[in-house]
Amino acid sequence: MKESHSIKLILEDGTEYIGKSFGARESISGEVVFNTAMTGYPESLTDPSYKGQILVLTYPLVGNYGTPVWDKENHMLKYYESDKIHISGLIVSDYSFQYSHWNARGSLADWLEKNSVPGIYGIDTRALTKKLRESGTMLGKIIYQEENIEWYDPNKDNLVAMVSTAKREVYGKGKNKILLVDCGVKNNIVRYLLEKDTTVIRVPWDHDISKEDYDGLFISNGPGDPRMCDITIKNLKSALDGTKPVFGICLGNQLLALASGAETYKLKYGHRSHNQPVLKVGTKRAYITSQNHGFAVDNESLGKDWEPLFININDGTNEGMKHKTKPVFSTQFHPEASGGPTDTAFLFDEFVEMIEEQK
Amino acid sequence: MDKTIKKVLVLGSGALKIGEAGEFDYSGSQAMKALREEGIQTVLINPNIATVQTSEKIADKIYFLPVTPYFVERVIVKEKPDGVLLSFGGQTALNCGTELYRNGIFEKYNVRVLGTPVRAIMDTEDRELFVDKLNEIDVKTPRSIAVTSVKDALKAAEKLAYPIIIRAAYTLGGQGSGFCSNPEELDALANKAFTYTTQILVEESLKGWKEVEYEVVRDVHDNCITVCNMENFDPLGIHTGESIVVAPSQTLTNSEYHKLRELSLRIIRHIGVVGECNVQYALDPESEDYRVIEVNARLSRSSALASKATGYPLAFVAAKLALGYGLYELKNSVTQTTTACFEPALDYIVCKIPRWDLNKFQGVSHSIGSSMKSVGEVMSIGRSFEEAIQKGLRMIGQGMHGFVGNRDLSFDNLDKELSEPTDMRIFVIADAMEKGYSVDKIHDLTKIDKWFLYKLMNIVSLKDELKQFNSLKELPAEKLREAKIFGYTDFQLARYVLKPGVLEMEKGLLEIRKHRKKLGIVPVVKQIDTLAAEYPAQTNYLYLTYSGTDHDIQFTNNNKSVIVLGSGAYRIGSSVEFDWCTVNALDTVKAEGYNSIMINYNPETVSTDYDICDRLYFDELSFERVLDIYDLEQPEGLIVSVGGQIPNNLALRLHGQDVTILGTSPESIDNAENRHKFSMMLDKIGVDQPGWKELSSIQDIHDFVERIGFPVLIRPSYVLSGAAMNVVSNAKELDQFLELAANVSKQYPVVVSEFIEQAKEIEIDAVAMEGEMIAYAISEHVEFAGVHSGDATIVFPPQKIYFETVKRIKKISRQVARELKISGPFNMQLLAKDNDIKVIECNLRASRSMPFVSKVLKTNLIELATKIMLGKDVEKPGKSIFDLDYVGVKAPQFSFSRLQKADPVLGVDMSSTGEVGCIGEDFYEAILKSMLSVGYNIPAKNILLSTGPARSKVELINSARALVEKGYNLFATRGTHDFLRLNNIDSTTLTWPDEKTGPNTLEYIKEKKIDLVINIPKDLSQEELDNDYMIRRAAIDYNIPLITNARLASAFILAFCKLDLDDIEIKCWGEYKV
Repeated sequence: MKESHSIKLILEDGTEYIGKSFGARESISGEVVFNTAMTGYPESLTDPSYKGQILVLTYPLVGNYGTPVWDKENHMLKYYESDKIHISGLIVSDYSFQYSHWNARGSLADWLEKNSVPGIYGIDTRALTKKLRESGTMLGKIIYQEENIEWYDPNKDNLVAMVSTAKREVYGKGKNKILLVDCGVKNNIVRYLLEKDTTVIRVPWDHDISKEDYDGLFISNGPGDPRMCDITIKNLKSALDGTKPVFGICLGNQLLALASGAETYKLKYGHRSHNQPVLKVGTKRAYITSQNHGFAVDNESLGKDWEPLFININDGTNEGMKHKTKPVFSTQFHPEASGGPTDTAFLFDEFVEMIEEQK
Repeated sequence: MDKTIKKVLVLGSGALKIGEAGEFDYSGSQAMKALREEGIQTVLINPNIATVQTSEKIADKIYFLPVTPYFVERVIVKEKPDGVLLSFGGQTALNCGTELYRNGIFEKYNVRVLGTPVRAIMDTEDRELFVDKLNEIDVKTPRSIAVTSVKDALKAAEKLAYPIIIRAAYTLGGQGSGFCSNPEELDALANKAFTYTTQILVEESLKGWKEVEYEVVRDVHDNCITVCNMENFDPLGIHTGESIVVAPSQTLTNSEYHKLRELSLRIIRHIGVVGECNVQYALDPESEDYRVIEVNARLSRSSALASKATGYPLAFVAAKLALGYGLYELKNSVTQTTTACFEPALDYIVCKIPRWDLNKFQGVSHSIGSSMKSVGEVMSIGRSFEEAIQKGLRMIGQGMHGFVGNRDLSFDNLDKELSEPTDMRIFVIADAMEKGYSVDKIHDLTKIDKWFLYKLMNIVSLKDELKQFNSLKELPAEKLREAKIFGYTDFQLARYVLKPGVLEMEKGLLEIRKHRKKLGIVPVVKQIDTLAAEYPAQTNYLYLTYSGTDHDIQFTNNNKSVIVLGSGAYRIGSSVEFDWCTVNALDTVKAEGYNSIMINYNPETVSTDYDICDRLYFDELSFERVLDIYDLEQPEGLIVSVGGQIPNNLALRLHGQDVTILGTSPESIDNAENRHKFSMMLDKIGVDQPGWKELSSIQDIHDFVERIGFPVLIRPSYVLSGAAMNVVSNAKELDQFLELAANVSKQYPVVVSEFIEQAKEIEIDAVAMEGEMIAYAISEHVEFAGVHSGDATIVFPPQKIYFETVKRIKKISRQVARELKISGPFNMQLLAKDNDIKVIECNLRASRSMPFVSKVLKTNLIELATKIMLGKDVEKPGKSIFDLDYVGVKAPQFSFSRLQKADPVLGVDMSSTGEVGCIGEDFYEAILKSMLSVGYNIPAKNILLSTGPARSKVELINSARALVEKGYNLFATRGTHDFLRLNNIDSTTLTWPDEKTGPNTLEYIKEKKIDLVINIPKDLSQEELDNDYMIRRAAIDYNIPLITNARLASAFILAFCKLDLDDIEIKCWGEYKV
């Protein structure tokens, strides 16, 4: 085992947790959130929706299978959700210094170090999680060797602008043209769409979509407060006046809601896990979903042309909505999974079917 | 939910056996609780009288009858249930249900099968149908060929190329299955498999692949979830019941985890399960390639484990789904606020470790493989693998201190031991690491994923670091904390740092304890809440860990709680009966207004269900851990007398640390446990006992034996392997035995006792209050003394003992109770010959027969004992054994068919794995029901007699005559034939197995021309003649009922000669009135 250095986490309420360092030996600050998934750290760490956040994994044993190879497929990393780590810091209970997997190319610690992301292990992550649950999500600082750094509230920044693609990119050569507004899209969304005989045109979050020729519009997931994306919301408003199919995921759900005149709000501690149950409204069908969001759409605020599509069975929050007459729908959860359950992948089929019907 | 269902029949799993144990008491109990909550009446058929499910508070009507189509049909005729549940009683219930369905019985009586349709069950049980079914949805199964003959099996193997695996359809836990590397091995195994089944499967071998399981749930609306996945530590090739298993999986990536999860949902939907099923996968360690190995469309051992591992009550939910509920309509019973339609998120790791008892059997192989031999299991919980595995290895209860720190565990041929695993596999790995084997090398030999091995290596490396320190002063606090996080006990730390001698260990570990408490290095209590702290939970399901700083719960310390210690892993000699005792003690503690606190770690039990008590600590029953919990809870006291020997053994040590033990004082417990003290006490009060002596030299043994004469019972010290307790009848046997027990010494003495032949063995289960016997139940063994009381057939109330004997036993018991000031339960075993009575054993705790006598007597002795221990006044129950108009018979269940080569003979050491208890109008009806319940049939036509010594021959004369009168054909070995002829009884001679001429016994058995084998061993020594052994073993291997005790054989024969099946009355427990 490597020599471990002392490192600590300080929450904005003053609570300190002392642990041991792995990954980069640096101090950082951000918003502290927890995720209860039991697998999928390479996927989570590269999920752009975590931008600015210090991630606590409640599953205590982390790093077991190392980090996967850097193979590319369709110009995207095959085993990751974007090209780099987006979290600011990682907090676990028991880091596994040795890893074992046929597809591993290195350790989690080395990967974090290369990306200048500090990690802490040896912390009572359950106690920390309960704290976040009771007090709500908090700002936090990872302090390495008593370094003094400022608090940082990522929600005050336009995080989407930081993670969105810089330029228009085209993937695939399929017959259905999908315009993907990238607010921090996960690779697996693109992978799923490409499976359905599509061409995916990925554009920046503030791209003028009215000039684009497409069969269906897709609004991606992404980090932070949806209200920061005023340009996207404005663009969406005009797109909603049209009749082309629209599908939004996570932040996409929130942006569509705001564009339609509904409201969003910040959840106390968000949904970040692989086990969120949702019920399709008006049916007896329930699905287990993967989620990662701190903001939600207010069901009560939906306009008269809109209705909830899915509801969270545990807390009744909005998990998606649809237009009553037009082929427009969105989900708060992640049908593309990665990580998490793949129960709702059929929604990509439904989206493409809508496109084909419209044509 | 379907409101037309008012009454439901539930099939239990019968006696505990290898592959089908306490987990079905747990699942059946949960199912019936779920039904009761809906106001549905439950009718349970289960002859296992020691279970919790066969209690009034769980089931409405209980039939202690065999779970066979014949009896189930008769119960259906009588009870007219609306529905039936088949998936809560293991393979026994499933097979019985399938047969009833095939025979159209359910249809005939309008009984609806609730939950998974039988058609779907059949699709999963028949390998060919199963493979076809999965092919329809593009799910891969091992390449395989189904065959119905040995010849075809050999052909199939050529096609697939060796090594291959064969599997038998419709069997328990892989019975008749195994790997074959060549045609010879296949020929032998296939022959055997066809005795259990008509179809076997020859399959490609996937040895070395990872084995992963998913527990999957589906409702009628097609909503599906996977509640848990589990990964086997041992790769494929070792039955999951024989493997260490962790949950959740540790070495699977997200992609692998969810690929297999998605397949599980596809499978459960396609098969059409409503309720729960288990899917087992092989996963290629070098790619994402996989095969589905098996689907169990019922609750299983794995689902019980998954329930305990996650806190998700699978059986309860499955029962509700069978009634037509949607998953989303049910609440998560842990949080009470969130839905049951979710997948638990764990924030800990659990580790299941099997418990074997192979030393109890003569001649059995210790290697582990594709069929199951373990008799129980433990589950440990921790926040690191190191912590969980070390806890677990202590929990299995074989004297181990963890992964390291065990004495006398050195293995010779390590490479072979690693590549051909035995029940000692994990300790072989420890030894290999100790001897410098690298992780890579161990991986090459075992195919165990390196991740597990790295973690184990961490434990070994830390041990090497600890050894560098020689005092507590030298040991840095951080190192000490690290060791605790890695699951080290105070004992292990003492051994490595303080290095005391054997006799100083207790002092050493207490020193460590004191030191670390001073440093604030103490464990924290964490909850199992199903959602990894995402939602607040009211859960009382707890464990302790050193990976943490904060307790999840608060301690009131108001002395208003009582801790009950459970019984640990099921093993031979201690199983579900102690769980019943524990659960009843908890109920009483609660009823008396105390908070009930349970400590136990056996995932197959009802006592580890968190709705059974106010707080459940799923943790070690060790001196250290019990003290940790005691320190935190500050209870009124501890109950140690309902969980069998494990808590009993802790009593005196805990007492030494000022722990309040409720009931009988620990000194008295010690006075009964310590042979010398007990013996002195008996002498003092003038109670007789067989002569005995503890001896430490061979010469002393010879001298003593000369004085008391043969036969004698010899018990070697427990550390000696290869020499178990035994009876020796002559000087030659004694020499042979002493050769095995070579190192008799002062440190390892041998106890030699007088062995009384032809004596009746009598038991008394009783409860006393401050030395006064309040209630008792006397029962007698059918077999003469010499058969372990756990293997004996027991009759209550006794039918064949003198009134005078009963009177004297009562008197002796009163004297003992008074002398030891017993307050609580106790049990004594006595010998009676003529009117001579001798005490052979006394335990100041609940016994194995407590549930049996309590239920037959309809007086809950544990409830009574618990009230006494709590200091409540109790009244003497008015009932006595003479008031009973009916008879109860408890019969043992053996699992010899699982234990290849083991000699199925009864002796002074226990070898049964379970038991049943049935009630009848008279002895014959009760014993017939019991024997039918443990797998005997009324034979059709041909009976083989080989009746051993003259005494047994005489014993069986009347029964032989009864058989002939009843029209049976008798076959006999030569001596028996001659004896029968002298007594004018006709029989046909069969030659001994090793004889070349004439009709041979073995041939007859193999050709299934014999319906019942009676083979009485010549003497009680284990060096049995080859021929007799071959007959007995063949009977087991060819699945022909076998009896090896003359008195039992005689009782059984007379019973079925007097009574036909149709004469047996179908009466539920409640209909037998006291």
